[in-house]
Amino acid sequence: MARRPECEQLLTELSEYLDGTAQEELCAQIERHLAECDDCTVVLNTIQKTVLLYRQVEARTELSSEVRRRL
Amino acid sequence: MTIKTSTQPVSLEALRAGDRESFARLVDAYSTPLYRLALRLVGDPQEAEDVLQETFLNAYRGLAGFGSRSSLGTWLYRIATNQALMRLRRKEPQQVSVDEPPIGPEGELPRQLFDWCCLPEEDFMTAGAQAELEAAIAALSPTLRSVFVLRDLHGLSTEETAEVLEISPAAVKTRLLRARLKLRERLSGYFTERAREAGYG
Repeated sequence: MARRPECEQLLTELSEYLDGTAQEELCAQIERHLAECDDCTVVLNTIQKTVLLYRQVEARTELSSEVRRRL
Repeated sequence: MTIKTSTQPVSLEALRAGDRESFARLVDAYSTPLYRLALRLVGDPQEAEDVLQETFLNAYRGLAGFGSRSSLGTWLYRIATNQALMRLRRKEPQQVSVDEPPIGPEGELPRQLFDWCCLPEEDFMTAGAQAELEAAIAALSPTLRSVFVLRDLHGLSTEETAEVLEISPAAVKTRLLRARLKLRERLSGYFTERAREAGYG
């Protein structure tokens, strides 16, 4: 990752941005940075994809009827 | 509460009064999400089943003393998480630490910077990809894994996760970021290779 101070700063704020809990002003600031920084855009995209892949795995995990019966 | 269950909410009054039918409905409503949680945390189906049994047993015994300060869902999640972490602590005491060092410049700064999201969907469904997903989450410390599973996979809020794990909301946020970055880094290594093999890179 490019060692620009803005990139490291963005990293600490990324979760709030992804979760939609960042303040409007911070969102605008992050989006301005993302528009000009390919590396941070890749980090953001791949974090979102990572979470999505795990959610898909989780949704396929079923409790067998045998276990359910034993409860 | 954002915990997803398969049936309608169960009456707390009826549960406290020892109504068996209500307890059966509680088990029915929460067994799948709690099993998924336990399986992610302990990593073994048999152990996850044991965690589930212990959770409902403890809940049954504790219902009379259950205050309504937390929701029923959060309370059950807390019992299940504690049972799972207790098992892990017995197996690997050094792995379940309360403290996590702050995010450092060397620790989690992203190194893999290829956007592998362009891979076709079927490439994420291969046995190799699924095994890598399993290995990556299993490699997280239980401290990070529990936050990632509760927040990102089960959809609990920061506050609910903090309540389940009995840590501060700030600690939830820090651990979630670390977990996401670690998983992203490891999966990026794997999927970047696949993308290059397929001629995308």
